[in-house]
Amino acid sequence: MEELDVEPAITNIPAASDGKHLGFAWGPGDILAYETLYMAPGCSFIHEVRKDEDIYSPILRKLFNESHHIFVGLQTIREDLPSKNKKTQFVSISKNYRSVIRACMEELQQVLQKWPRNMEIRYVSILLAIELIWNLCEVLFIDAAPAGPLLLHLLDWVRLHKGDVDEKAREVLQSESPAEHHDYWDVPGGTQTLTEFDVKWRHWHEEVDRCLQDNSFASNQHLEIICKILVGDEDTLLEHKELLSTWYHFLVTRLLFCHPTVKPTELHYYAQSCMTMFLDLRSVPEPLDSILLAAFEFDIHQVIKDCSIALNNWWFVAHLTDLLDHCKLLQSHNLHFGSNLREFLLLEYASGLFTHHSLWQLAVDYFDNCPEFGHVYLELQIERVPLDTERKALKVLRICEQRQMSEQVRSICKIMAMRALRNNRLGSALSWSIRAKDAAFATLISERFLQDYCARGTFSDLDLIDNLGPAMLLSDRLTFLVKYREFHKLYEENRFSEAAKLLLSLITAKIAPRSFWMTLLTDALPLLEQKEVSHSAHCPYLLLYHLTCLVYGFIVFCYGSSCKVDQLLTSLIKESVCRFAGLGPEGLGTPKV
Amino acid sequence: MCRTDRVPTAGILWLALVVIMFVARSIAADHKDLIHDVSYDFHGRRMATCSSDQSVKVWDRSENGEWHCTASWKTHSGSVWRVTWAHPEFGQVLASCSFDRTAAVWEEIVGESNDKQRGLSHWIKRTTLVDSRTSVTDVKFAPKHMGLMLTTCSADGVVRIYEAPDVMNLSQWSLQHEISCKLSCSCISWNPSSSRAHPPMFAVGSDDSNVTYGGKVQIYEYNENTRKYAKAETLMTVTDAVHDIAFAPNLGRSFHVLAIATKDVRIFKLVPMRSDRKESTSTGPTKLEVQIVAQFDNHNSQVWRVSWNITSTLLASSGDDGCVRLWKANYMDNWKCTGILKGDGSPLTSSSGQPTAMSTIVGSSVQTSQNALNGMSAGRYFFPPLDPPRAGTRYGHLLPPSSLIEHCDAEPIQPQQALPYRLSSRALLPLPEAEGQ
Repeated sequence: MEELDVEPAITNIPAASDGKHLGFAWGPGDILAYETLYMAPGCSFIHEVRKDEDIYSPILRKLFNESHHIFVGLQTIREDLPSKNKKTQFVSISKNYRSVIRACMEELQQVLQKWPRNMEIRYVSILLAIELIWNLCEVLFIDAAPAGPLLLHLLDWVRLHKGDVDEKAREVLQSESPAEHHDYWDVPGGTQTLTEFDVKWRHWHEEVDRCLQDNSFASNQHLEIICKILVGDEDTLLEHKELLSTWYHFLVTRLLFCHPTVKPTELHYYAQSCMTMFLDLRSVPEPLDSILLAAFEFDIHQVIKDCSIALNNWWFVAHLTDLLDHCKLLQSHNLHFGSNLREFLLLEYASGLFTHHSLWQLAVDYFDNCPEFGHVYLELQIERVPLDTERKALKVLRICEQRQMSEQVRSICKIMAMRALRNNRLGSALSWSIRAKDAAFATLISERFLQDYCARGTFSDLDLIDNLGPAMLLSDRLTFLVKYREFHKLYEENRFSEAAKLLLSLITAKIAPRSFWMTLLTDALPLLEQKEVSHSAHCPYLLLYHLTCLVYGFIVFCYGSSCKVDQLLTSLIKESVCRFAGLGPEGLGTPKV
Repeated sequence: MCRTDRVPTAGILWLALVVIMFVARSIAADHKDLIHDVSYDFHGRRMATCSSDQSVKVWDRSENGEWHCTASWKTHSGSVWRVTWAHPEFGQVLASCSFDRTAAVWEEIVGESNDKQRGLSHWIKRTTLVDSRTSVTDVKFAPKHMGLMLTTCSADGVVRIYEAPDVMNLSQWSLQHEISCKLSCSCISWNPSSSRAHPPMFAVGSDDSNVTYGGKVQIYEYNENTRKYAKAETLMTVTDAVHDIAFAPNLGRSFHVLAIATKDVRIFKLVPMRSDRKESTSTGPTKLEVQIVAQFDNHNSQVWRVSWNITSTLLASSGDDGCVRLWKANYMDNWKCTGILKGDGSPLTSSSGQPTAMSTIVGSSVQTSQNALNGMSAGRYFFPPLDPPRAGTRYGHLLPPSSLIEHCDAEPIQPQQALPYRLSSRALLPLPEAEGQ
């Protein structure tokens, strides 16, 4: 086994004592831990343990939301754009990400002025670090300015993150004044070549140096210091390190005065030596120092790795890596487990979002942009989203439907149908089971409707049943329910002849549940009384005769002979006989079973 | 000097290995005896606990994240080992298994409105499965695509698979399969894959400690033609007692990943061998190539539980060292310990004796260990506060106290010597559906 690169983090569980076991259970987002002993017979606390703590911060929610838009925009940048246009776009996207970080930071600071709390203070320092690193990555990797403009960008970088400009304006100006002379910086970008500029700069440098040697400024100590700084005297700079505050500020100052035409490839050397010189007292560099140094070394993978470990937050590494990947700056290892670095980090970030009750919706777009495992992760995560309300269920359902996740669609509808049925909301249960195309469940609910009708004599959810359309074909029982309800409608509208025909077809099609035959038979009786039926041109008597035969047959088949059935049949047959009397006995015969 | 062309060696590229977790809240479960199992429902909004006090409790999470006990009832006449939820497609259904030799199925019924107002729910017993002659050690529902099926395993070495043919009538369960594993069983796990390429498959572990009995993990696969389960593989390298077993979510892969809790944590890959002859698939179970992916002995002795998170990016295990350890693969499929949950031994007292009382202690106690990044503290207290832009250096005093930094390797090692609490029977009965069919 390889050496451990990083030691695991330890989370203390309150009250769980030594010598006991900790049991646990995974949830969609949390782990439940409890004290137990797997071998002997205690205390019974359960502890809810979470990761991705940042996801739950209301202030960071804005960061997550707004960076999501930028992320989605980045994914739509067309591959076939000329690389120069692309670079401009990537730099502007990088700036957008940073402005979101800054906005979040400023909001946090406003909150802090009112209620200083540890959590927010921590976030401010993390966001500051993130923005600092991101900005440097932008300068070095994304913008990738050549020698000359590179130093300008680095100057901007240091100035942006050196916060106390106003307070210490005088001192800061002392060390940075040359940068104020814009003409000075226009020189290399103008008519001169870099080499010409370099020659002239050296000339000027030598002159200042000679002045110092001549002790021209010895009368004025301050002036002498300024000149020493101008020629980049390292000892003088280090004497004023309290004004520089960080080694990278020192680095940029040193580059400015000693090596204004520094090439990107040389940065690493100066960075390393500046850090060593500056940190001699502290002796150990902070993780942030290592990350910045790795950036100056152009070691992108090290930057990402160190940030992942340092931040315990996937937001930064996932978005930065995605951007760098779009810039084609990452070596594409084809990986064994995840598909690549970008996808690995995006999957982790999006999985974290999914544990949150509203942020999960953002995660969908991230999964969509992970070609290898995005879809299967989405399948596993989305079915765990609690379906608190019908509205939320529909939202989840739409996402699944858009992505042809048929199994998840079916499962969500089934869960909702079952829940509605358990709460006796038959209409909702029916429409969910139709959506799930679950014939067995639709049959079951249709039967409940019919039972309710038998018990109460009325139907509930008429709107739904009357407007099912072809959906009624999902199950025979559902078809019967709809047709039976249609029969009732016809009857109510006094269209008895049509009602009788429909009733007959229901019986001949044999889709009525056996338990319902008695009801059908009872329904048939009043029809026999109706004049419309008896005077219909289409052999009403024959119709009734068939009806009687069939019903008689069904009843005997299903119930055998019983007192109640006999009674009913006797009255039916008597009725028929009376009606048929005019036709003569040959039209009647004995009902055949 | 120029290092732009440096390619990092893949082996050193470890990403986000430190999973920092925090205790969001603690809940007084108020069981009269040891808790043996806690189980989240599918959506993570409910949980069930079971205990040696013979009861099961159901807890519901409210809008603000607090847990409330909404039901607590005596379920068995012995210790309740495990409790598990059916998929919500089948309603609100629990199964429990016990030392009393039975497993039981429970269904929540929608109570009267005043019960709901009081935050209580009613659970009724739908069935008791009494086929086992010894303690029922594990109970698991099969993956939902197989229908409503329940599996038990028991100390007499028998796995039983029951089916509820009518999902609306949970009082009728038929015993579909009885599979003799010949060794006292402690745990079962279903392969969750719903791919048509994978026939139903489960793994069963034995806690028989006699190493001469051979492999303690058996894999069974359903044969469409014989309509029976037949043994596909025995993991011969696992010879010590196995306490828990867990298939990972499949993620659309062709192979299966199985975690095992024995004297250490092991992760196996089971690769179905593609057979060229079609008839061979119809006569026997799929041949599996077994590969060990990882093996960790950090728990020092017995490991009692293993379980995967939803996307199988994290495996958790708990063991005799009293810790829960989290294992994570980087994207090179190398596994490492990434987090530890560990008791701090501090007193935490229950607030009151009411059955639904909650004593919630909100807060976090995160300790980060030393990390290799230049020897500095890992984790969220990582960055020194920087100058905020244009706002002075107001936060310079806000570094974390050094007491929060703890060395990982300073954990006390306490091997456990205790009597086995679970009794297992050696009297194994021959059964009609034996292995190899």
